Amino acid sequence: MGTFTAEEMTAIWLSVKVACWATAVSLGPGILVAWLLARRSFPGRILLDALVHLPLVLPPVVTGYLLLLLFGRKGPVGQVLAEFGIVFAFNWTGAVLACSVMAFPLLVRAIRLSMDAVDTRLEDAAAGLGAPPWAVFLTVTLPLSLPGILSGAILCFAKALGEFGATITFVAAIPGVTQTLPAAIYGLTQVPSGDAAALRLTLVAALIAIIAVTASELLARRVRRRVEGRDA
Amino acid sequence: MLDLSLTHRIGTFTLTAHLSIGPGVTAITGPSGAGKTTLLSLIAGLSRPSAGRIVLDGKVLVDTDSRTWLPPHRRHVGQVFQEARLFPHLNVRHNLLYGRLFGGRGRDGPTLDTIIDLLDIAPLLRRRPRDLSGGERQRVAIGRALLSNPALLLLDEPLSALDPARKAELLPYLQRLRDGTGLPILYVTHQREEVAALATAWLRVEQGVVTVDQ
Repeated sequence: MGTFTAEEMTAIWLSVKVACWATAVSLGPGILVAWLLARRSFPGRILLDALVHLPLVLPPVVTGYLLLLLFGRKGPVGQVLAEFGIVFAFNWTGAVLACSVMAFPLLVRAIRLSMDAVDTRLEDAAAGLGAPPWAVFLTVTLPLSLPGILSGAILCFAKALGEFGATITFVAAIPGVTQTLPAAIYGLTQVPSGDAAALRLTLVAALIAIIAVTASELLARRVRRRVEGRDA
Repeated sequence: MLDLSLTHRIGTFTLTAHLSIGPGVTAITGPSGAGKTTLLSLIAGLSRPSAGRIVLDGKVLVDTDSRTWLPPHRRHVGQVFQEARLFPHLNVRHNLLYGRLFGGRGRDGPTLDTIIDLLDIAPLLRRRPRDLSGGERQRVAIGRALLSNPALLLLDEPLSALDPARKAELLPYLQRLRDGTGLPILYVTHQREEVAALATAWLRVEQGVVTVDQ
């Protein structure tokens, strides 16, 4: 099997970096959108729900292409952001954007499910004790849906780690810049001598995924026990 | 002092109530579906009356004529429900102090120690709600409501989920509560006997009409 080349190491670290950033920037908006969908009724709610779930049903290539049209150098949003020095096109930040968008439905679904499970009568009780709506959210809804938020975050991380189609369409696979782990593996399978390296990286991908999922399960179990008060 | 005069329509059901509630325990009895819970949710601010007004200690909670509406968290109406609705992620102490986070009506409310003595809950403070018996949970729920320093206390079938022995155990605490504080208490139940030893005034709800019950 041999050892990892510098290029392979770069792809591994880039993937981990992109997945961490994607999870970190999605979490806040994910919690907000999940709460809006779970607790509020407003015009356009169905539209928002559909929009959030779009990346789940569209071919990833289509999502990547739409991102390219919007956030590319000549895209309407990309041009404006470029004025402020923010460039997504062919940049690792573009991979973060693509992974975030692709993982967002999974994140929102997990958080929304656990918010739906929070008894709204507890929220009414909190309001009766004088808690304004923002405090009800922070002291009741949020802590009680923490297990779902955690598993959603890990799911988001795992999805971001494996995202391929949208990322390669939006920012290509430039070694050292935008070539993530899946892109590197795909590249290696296209050259005759790449089998051993492809297998090495595949094992790494599998290892990271297993660690992430196991860690999330253990963490979620602990948090659930805390939240439900079984440790007392 | 609570003054209430309203009509509320839900589908074909209409609730009509004109009443005044002072200190002591006012019992509201009536068959289920008569409108008892609807009346409480109107006072607590969980639903809006079709027409009418509710005034608590001179403060207008709702007035459909002047389009006045106070949201539940600004009404200072303490509530205890059939299921205690304690926060499962907080221990008893933090459940009790929850209402204190939000100021309430100034600082002249009961202290934590007073409430702990009144309800005998000192040994429970570090426990979580799921480790309490039904009667203990209700005592904590009452304490939590009192510590938010309410101007009115609503008890919605607070003993219904308890067996006869637990009911008997809780009754002296409710008597102490009635005699030890000048708080107006509205006690909803479908069993007259349950509240016979407590009530200082009686109301009856039947088919959406609230009347004074002699």
